[in-house]
Amino acid sequence: MHFDLTDDQKEIKDVARQLLASRSPMAKVREAAEAERYDEALWTELVELAWPGIAVSEEHNGQGLGAVELAVLLEELGYACAATPLLSTATAASVIDACGNDDQRSRWLPGLATGEQTAGIGTPTLVADAEGAAVVVLVDGDDASLVVEPEAEPFQSIDPTRRYATVRGRAEPLGAGAADRVRAAIAAEVAGICQRALDVTVEYVKERKQFGVPVGSFQAVSHRCVQMLMHTESARTAAYYAAWAADADAGRLPEAAALAAAAAAEGAIEVTGSAIQAHGGIGFTWEADLHWLYKRAQLDAALLGGAAQARRTLTRLTAATLEVAR
Amino acid sequence: MDLTYNEAELAFRDELRAWFSEQEIEPEEAGHDAEYARRLAFHRALVSGGWAAVDWPEEYGGRGATLMQSAIFYEELTRSGAPLPVNVLGILLAAPTIMRWGTPDQKDRFLHPILTAEEIWCQGFSEPDAGSDFASVKTRAVRDGDDWLITGQKVWTSEAQIAKWCMLVARTDPDVAKHKGLTFFLMDMEQEGVQVVPLRQMTGESEFNELFLDNVRVPAEHVLGGVGDGWKVALTTLMNERSGLGISLQVTLRQRLDGVIAAAAERGLLEDTAVAERLGELCQRTELLRLLAYRGLTSVEKYGQPGPEGSLTKWLWSDTNQQLTQCAADLLGTSALRAGSQPAYALLRSRGNSIEGGTTEILKNIIAERVLGLPKAR
Repeated sequence: MHFDLTDDQKEIKDVARQLLASRSPMAKVREAAEAERYDEALWTELVELAWPGIAVSEEHNGQGLGAVELAVLLEELGYACAATPLLSTATAASVIDACGNDDQRSRWLPGLATGEQTAGIGTPTLVADAEGAAVVVLVDGDDASLVVEPEAEPFQSIDPTRRYATVRGRAEPLGAGAADRVRAAIAAEVAGICQRALDVTVEYVKERKQFGVPVGSFQAVSHRCVQMLMHTESARTAAYYAAWAADADAGRLPEAAALAAAAAAEGAIEVTGSAIQAHGGIGFTWEADLHWLYKRAQLDAALLGGAAQARRTLTRLTAATLEVAR
Repeated sequence: MDLTYNEAELAFRDELRAWFSEQEIEPEEAGHDAEYARRLAFHRALVSGGWAAVDWPEEYGGRGATLMQSAIFYEELTRSGAPLPVNVLGILLAAPTIMRWGTPDQKDRFLHPILTAEEIWCQGFSEPDAGSDFASVKTRAVRDGDDWLITGQKVWTSEAQIAKWCMLVARTDPDVAKHKGLTFFLMDMEQEGVQVVPLRQMTGESEFNELFLDNVRVPAEHVLGGVGDGWKVALTTLMNERSGLGISLQVTLRQRLDGVIAAAAERGLLEDTAVAERLGELCQRTELLRLLAYRGLTSVEKYGQPGPEGSLTKWLWSDTNQQLTQCAADLLGTSALRAGSQPAYALLRSRGNSIEGGTTEILKNIIAERVLGLPKAR
């Protein structure tokens, strides 16, 4: 029993944190969001680093790492709130590798792993990065399918840091665990978004003074921050657990993924919403960067299917286990 | 990351499972007093099986279990339906403190009777004006020849009515900074000047007591650590209070939650999405508690101290247990409100969870200061 990242995984996380901090600071996120386009230079660099293929086997041009490595990378992507189609492409590639058939693997993986092609991920009503995507992984409850030759109908969401659409096209089924892997990956991004919102808020409430003292010394404020920590650690813990189960224990994956979806969907909105509140008036302005996190969090929660649905799944899975035990 | 047990852990678990499967385990009783009798009976079985204090070193009668093995012990104990050992304050708090700070004589004298529960221990830390603010202890100890004379009042002393010994923190020097003038005593409860008054709690029972001390004599050889070292000795005790039992509490929570879900399923309530979501939220919190506990154990094993998640578990547990007992009362109708029933007792008892062992508000202050680095709370 060992619930911690390995040294190699920590190294990936540290490198990703540093690289994204220098290449995609909030000013770049803002620039891309306001122009409603992705940061092309960033994508080029991430492709050179082979990040899209991090969790794709080496025979298909990937790095041959697993779902946990993908999770820590996506966590840092969320921390940066980077404007780039990495979440969808790297996640779709890892899902096709793990749950696709041989044809699907040989057809899509080389292009996705090398970043020559991109992929979308989403639900029947909301797909991230569908436009221009070679292929889309669509999650509908417990099932997942691969939409080939996707026809995307883009729409403007409240989150301009990412492109969204609805998708039509021919759907091929994906194997068991695909839907859960997608949720585990999105939950990992959420953990990073939450951590960023928490870090920014803690810094702010230490500095900002009212009545002659830092507002962070007021329990009404500090206890809110502690609640943010609870949600953040919960989302991260559940996301890591789901990522681990995806590769190591398929039997535990459905519950782990539902847990990750519930914790992340709840945490996403609570933490980023609290960040705005703890900043007071400045938090509500366009100038403050908190709204990018809040908007990304809202869309990620929707991609996860929302906390309520995930909780119903947890109850259903528990009831089924108890029924079997009787 | 590896959330499976390794070979040594599996072997330890299997040995435990085999042992538990051979024991006769009586069903849980409603209420603290009836449950205590069941615990005492089972404690004797644990002692004879050599399982009463798995994490103690072998030289003192334990099994030298690792932290993870200790967690496995509590997990298996609770899974089997067996009650917790008695003398938990002695085994989990007093003994590790004595092992860390005690003289060879003190270790010889005190450890074995703790293990066998021949001598029950209680903890005299909290006072009427020193609950969360523990350094404000007012109970005074005055030197009298080779002895100390102790006068003052303690509250929330669980097990005091049956305890032979008390871990007592008293002020030996009123003239220095408040946490510097404290000393940790091992006080004999069976003597003149010690008065135990049961504190009737909202469940109707008296788990806790008030302890009145009037010139109680404690010989100098029963000082633990040194005179004036009470604060750091007591911290050893308090650190232990925050670990150990977590897994058992989580497993119990999971068992009760499964019971409520099964009962709700029988009544056809799971079709109601509001019910399914409420129960699912409890599943979410309960499973997170388990994962956070394992993260915390890993952190202590690897780095010698819990990470930020370690400080969250007690708060999360008490909140979740309160939500669960309320959910049971809401879903299962008036049977859960019948005096003397297990759900009714659990409902009332759970209100103490967010107060005992550090109120949720104080825990949040501690997390804000120590984990997030926020300025001291106002």
